[in-house]
Amino acid sequence: MVSLKATLITGRTIDQGVGKELGKGSKEYYDSAAICFLNKADIIKLGLKGRAKVRVTSKYGSVILKAAKFPRGNMPSIVFIPCGIWANALCGDDTYSMGMPLFKGFPVEVEPALPTDPVLTLDELLKEQYGRNSL
Amino acid sequence: MTEISNVVCPICGCLCDDIEITVENNEITKMKNGCAVCEAKMVHGYKSDERILKPMIRKDGKLVPVSMDEAVHKAAKILTDAKYPLLFGWSSTVGEAQRIGVELAEELGSALDNCCSVCHGPSVMATQEIGIPAATLGQIRHRADLIVYWACNPWTSHPRHVERYTSFTDGRFEGSEWKSYMQKLKAESGRKKMEMASKRITRITPPDRPQVCFTGPPPQTMQKPGRKMIVVDVRKTMTAEAADYFLQIEPNKDYEIFEALRCIVNDQELDVDKVGGVPVDSLKDVGEALVNCNFGVIFFGLGLTQSAGRFRNIEIAIALARDLNRKTKFIISPMRGHFNVTGANIVFAWQTGYPYALDFSQGYPQYNPGENTAMDLLRRGDNDATLVISADPGAHFPKAAVQNMIKHPIITINPDMNAISRLGDVVFPTQWCGIEYAGTAYRMDSVPITLKKVVEPPPGILNDEELLTRILEEVRAIKAEKGDVKPKEKLKIPAKPSRPAKVSKVVAKPKKKVTKKEVKK
Repeated sequence: MVSLKATLITGRTIDQGVGKELGKGSKEYYDSAAICFLNKADIIKLGLKGRAKVRVTSKYGSVILKAAKFPRGNMPSIVFIPCGIWANALCGDDTYSMGMPLFKGFPVEVEPALPTDPVLTLDELLKEQYGRNSL
Repeated sequence: MTEISNVVCPICGCLCDDIEITVENNEITKMKNGCAVCEAKMVHGYKSDERILKPMIRKDGKLVPVSMDEAVHKAAKILTDAKYPLLFGWSSTVGEAQRIGVELAEELGSALDNCCSVCHGPSVMATQEIGIPAATLGQIRHRADLIVYWACNPWTSHPRHVERYTSFTDGRFEGSEWKSYMQKLKAESGRKKMEMASKRITRITPPDRPQVCFTGPPPQTMQKPGRKMIVVDVRKTMTAEAADYFLQIEPNKDYEIFEALRCIVNDQELDVDKVGGVPVDSLKDVGEALVNCNFGVIFFGLGLTQSAGRFRNIEIAIALARDLNRKTKFIISPMRGHFNVTGANIVFAWQTGYPYALDFSQGYPQYNPGENTAMDLLRRGDNDATLVISADPGAHFPKAAVQNMIKHPIITINPDMNAISRLGDVVFPTQWCGIEYAGTAYRMDSVPITLKKVVEPPPGILNDEELLTRILEEVRAIKAEKGDVKPKEKLKIPAKPSRPAKVSKVVAKPKKKVTKKEVKK
């Protein structure tokens, strides 16, 4: 299967900010945070079409996300995931004695996911990762 | 229907204080002047279905509603039974509650940390290393003629920052660049239409842009009079689109580029063609703009603190500002995220001497980022209980850290059901700061601003300050029962902050004349 070695950047988007304030269980938050933005050339390279999903894997974990084209400019071999539980499934907790884990600029591998692979909701992901949620 | 003006927005570090709100039947129905995120919270989010209305305790794996007394006792019992609890969060609550938090940490001998440790903690460390040239946002608004946004995207994280404090605001000495931005947008839109039309006529697909970080020569707008905005980032953001010059750099290369700019500013030669994916000629253009401005400011974001180099990135950025101050006036400022994360640093500092990463296990405050910071405690598994207030490490901490956190009891104090409340063992509801109760918050430039109360909270819900006070009293009572300490008298909560009353003229009393006899005595 085709895969892409890329650098992951996590950060804020305005939609994620709005979704967060509407509630972490809201559809707006899920739509805006469980998403992976890729460069146009990388989308073509991975053969992603329409409402495709990708599996993003790092040294620390793996998560399935909706794929989307990064709307502005060129961003070669960089993937962007908005802040949230989905992005943090990929981040490590090593702080190099500075209190701050590496949230940006670490290597990940991106590959196309099957159409049947689910993009988990907040409660589903909490259950999978921590074995509990509010339900 | 009541209209309330000059309401302070309790979301990001900008603390916009010009929000106009319409309240009908104790509900906010309309909001003016705020950004999209402000509207989401103040009109819809604060009363959403996610709101917690009753305290809950996890029993047999499920959260069950209980009385406030039972929840307070359970939380206090968890905290007193624990050998080394961690109290974390504090960035989205008011200074009055943070003060009680420090007292609780001291009583428990616990670790105390705020969200700063996973956002601008490295900026605090760098500031302690070499200091920081700073100014208030008001000074920047009126005087700055060069704005540099480095590794941050205020268009999404601080949506009104550019509009209120920098390029798009009319200052006393510097005008707004809004019109010039609109012209640029129109020109860009026209260019895209022409491209689309030419594609239709010729049916030839233009080649993709080269797959390298592309930084062209500075556009003509860099030569215009008035304010200029430079954006440095690894990707083209909305803020970068509004900039006069955008410098796209490779990830994790900020330190090298700052060092190269320092060389250029200090008239030293660089013997390479590119630094961090940026041609040296482009860096020289930026260096020239930095030196030639009258009053410049670098705003930096989490792109520096959360990537490789961390506090060294900030240190070198401050060193650049220091070098520039030999040639012109330059300041540097972090883009603080949560509305009172600056306040958490300030309150902790005036209470204990240190801004974050505190340890009270010896009975007095000790400060050591990298050891006492929440992430390191969780990584090592040192703490055996966690109290989280006004934060969501469940969604914003790496998975491994949260996996360690849930091995021990978690107490949460949040108004709505965020990820950490969903994982909590004792879940408290609380009032929304700045909507349902008033208090003090510190803007990103350390200016204190009083948040307003605009609606009444749902019945039975305490605010952070009242709730923490009750937990603290219960902790003291349990410790007294155990014979640990004598019970202290009930905490007196100071009156809510209010505007100072007008001071009437004080007539100075004439000084008594001192006689020679009195002097001799």
